[in-house]
Amino acid sequence: MELNYLYITVLVILSIAFIIGMLRFIKGPTASDRVVALDTISIIATASLVFMGYIFNRYIYLDVALIYGVLGFIGVIIIARYLEGAL
Amino acid sequence: MEILKYIGIGLVLLGSIFLLLGAVGIYRMPDVYNRLQAGTKATTLGAMSLILGVGFMEPEWLVKTLILVIFIGIANPLSSHVLARSAYKNNQMPIIKNGIDAYKKINDSEKSEEN
Repeated sequence: MELNYLYITVLVILSIAFIIGMLRFIKGPTASDRVVALDTISIIATASLVFMGYIFNRYIYLDVALIYGVLGFIGVIIIARYLEGAL
Repeated sequence: MEILKYIGIGLVLLGSIFLLLGAVGIYRMPDVYNRLQAGTKATTLGAMSLILGVGFMEPEWLVKTLILVIFIGIANPLSSHVLARSAYKNNQMPIIKNGIDAYKKINDSEKSEEN
C-alpha cells in the first residue's frame, strides 16, 4: 500500500465532511435535524468504505459498504416513522 | 487502459467534493427542509460518482459498484421523502412563511380516512 496525493486529498475531504456532519448531529435543535445529519453521515461512511477498499485493495469492503448502506437506510426509515407517530 | 483510470480519478475527486458540499449544506442551511435538500441531493450525486469512479479505476469491480450505485439511487431519495414527511407530521414549519401549504389538504383527507 502506497499513499499518493489522490488518496490523501480524497481522505482529507471526506474526513472534513464527516466532522461537519457530526457538528450538526451534536448541535441540531430538533430530532429531525439529527436524523437528517445521521442520514448524510451514513452516506459519507458508505462512500469512504468503498474508497478504502480501493486503497487497501480488498474486494470484501464493497460487501461491507453494501450492508452498511442497507442498515443505515433501514435505521433512518424506522426513526422517521417513530417521529411521525406511526409506531 | 490508462484513460479509464483518469476518468475514475476525475469522478472520485468530483464525488468527494460533492460529499463535502452536502455536509456544509446541512451545517449552514436554516431549517429542516433546506437541510434535507442539501443533505440528500448533493450526497446522492457525490456518493454515486465516487463509487462509480472506484469502479472505473478497478474494472473487475465494476459490476458490484454498479449494484451499489443503483441501491444508493433508489434508497437515498426514498429516505429523504420519508424524512420530509415525518418532519411535516412532527409539526415543523419552514422558516419562510408565505401561506402556501400544498400538503395540508392531502394530510387532512388521509386523517379523515383513518378516523
